[in-house]
Amino acid sequence: MDRFVFLLSAGLARGAVLALFALSLVIVWRTARVVNFAQAAMAVAAVYAAFAVTAATGSYWAGLLTGLAAGALLGAIVERGLMRRLPAHAPLPGIIVAIGLVMVLQAGLAIAFGPEHRPMQPPFSQRPFIIGGIPVLSPYDLFTLGAAAAVMAALALLFNRSSLGLRLRAAAFAPETARLLGVRVPRMITLGWALSCAAASLAALLLVPTELGLNPHAVDLLFVNAFAVAVIGGLDSPAGALVAGIGVGLLVSLVTGYASASAAPLAVLALMTLVLLVRPGGLFAPKEARTA
Amino acid sequence: MNTPPPPRLSVSGLEVAFGGLTALDGVSFEVRDGETVALIGPNGAGKTTVFNAVCGLVKPRKGTVRIGGRPAPSRPTGLLKAGVARTLQGLGLFERMTVLENVLVPLTALRVPDAVAKAHSTLAELGLADLAARPAGTLPYPERKRVALARALAADPKLLLLDEPAGGLGTADIDALAETVGRVAGSGRAVLLVEHHVDFVMRVADRIVVLDFGQVIASGTPEAVQGDPAVEAAYLGLEAAA
Repeated sequence: MDRFVFLLSAGLARGAVLALFALSLVIVWRTARVVNFAQAAMAVAAVYAAFAVTAATGSYWAGLLTGLAAGALLGAIVERGLMRRLPAHAPLPGIIVAIGLVMVLQAGLAIAFGPEHRPMQPPFSQRPFIIGGIPVLSPYDLFTLGAAAAVMAALALLFNRSSLGLRLRAAAFAPETARLLGVRVPRMITLGWALSCAAASLAALLLVPTELGLNPHAVDLLFVNAFAVAVIGGLDSPAGALVAGIGVGLLVSLVTGYASASAAPLAVLALMTLVLLVRPGGLFAPKEARTA
Repeated sequence: MNTPPPPRLSVSGLEVAFGGLTALDGVSFEVRDGETVALIGPNGAGKTTVFNAVCGLVKPRKGTVRIGGRPAPSRPTGLLKAGVARTLQGLGLFERMTVLENVLVPLTALRVPDAVAKAHSTLAELGLADLAARPAGTLPYPERKRVALARALAADPKLLLLDEPAGGLGTADIDALAETVGRVAGSGRAVLLVEHHVDFVMRVADRIVVLDFGQVIASGTPEAVQGDPAVEAAYLGLEAAA
């Protein structure tokens, strides 16, 4: 029972990070109808920026803010410099460019910083609290949960309760109509990419201190799992990303704890396959997306 | 001596081509404030292409489009600022947004103060107040058409472009639409509409411009156009035969 509670609490923190990264994929999908396969490479580039600033200033928080800003800036640059120039109604060029960007960014980071793992210190202890003799969440887990929840809540408020969010949604749902209604669609798409990559960068920043450390491939597995989460939840659904993120986080934690770490990706893949067989558009997909 | 104000919409010598196909060939007409003008013609005559050229969605090969005496914005994003609102044939509603949010989009894009209050009052004017919180995609077709009209009217346009506003509506809804169009024109705004529903056009239009194969073949009052042999041959005659 102790082990089960510990694994559940660890899975919750992992799930929050997964949900945040999946949400970043959902945002860019809703904004530009592109699955951004370069999201992990872009996020890890932002983490390197954070790492450099933390190393120079000694402040984790300065690094964190730099990482978020770098992620947003990189998202805007990639949209304006690359994605905007691609044919609008064909998904394949966007995917190919994103895969090319992964290679360029990861090779560039390896050249600039080296391929080795660089340890990143978390701002809070990773030693779990003991409650009733059972190890549960650590202070860093609580920080991770709080940061991910705060950002997801802020994004939900932005999209659903602000006039900017209304224009972002209008530009995503029907860009041609939105243009006729005065919405600056290209600006909204750039903003969507910036928000998405900032969210992905935060997820990566929260994850890296708990893993082996920072290297150009440090976020690859997070991307794979988060992509599965986004598909399970429904690529169009922020709520789906949240629920599926927590679910997959718990699944990974329990399978890792009771079976082995190498079985966890298979469990995620099996879950995704099962969901796709039952609901091809994902658990929270709207009706039209399922039939598309 | 007072100079008359420029027409709200002035289309002059408009030519649009898609590859080798000439869609519009020297189309000219005007719409003045307070006037309702209908563009009619058989399918493929170029009616929607005129709308698209006015909105900056297609680039004319020749000719000019002026709105209130000034060149029309080259991009659709500038239309509302220039006082032009348009409905679409396919409605183009944001299906997953509520009715209120649909109407709020142009208001927030224009940064209209008290946008929410303005949106509510527009919905009330069109009898949609009770549906404000409903997702637009869940409404029956006539209500969805009214939402599209409310969205176009919300930002108080000086020129309203209506693309087949009566299409798919029953008699009662067409009566209500005719009343609304009359009220809009009565408030001094200009209305240009594309429509196949001849009875509706005869009822609401002050003038009719008839297009066929991208050219204006007749223009004038409904009565004058109705008796024009060229129109009967190209359009009304086909309707009568059908």
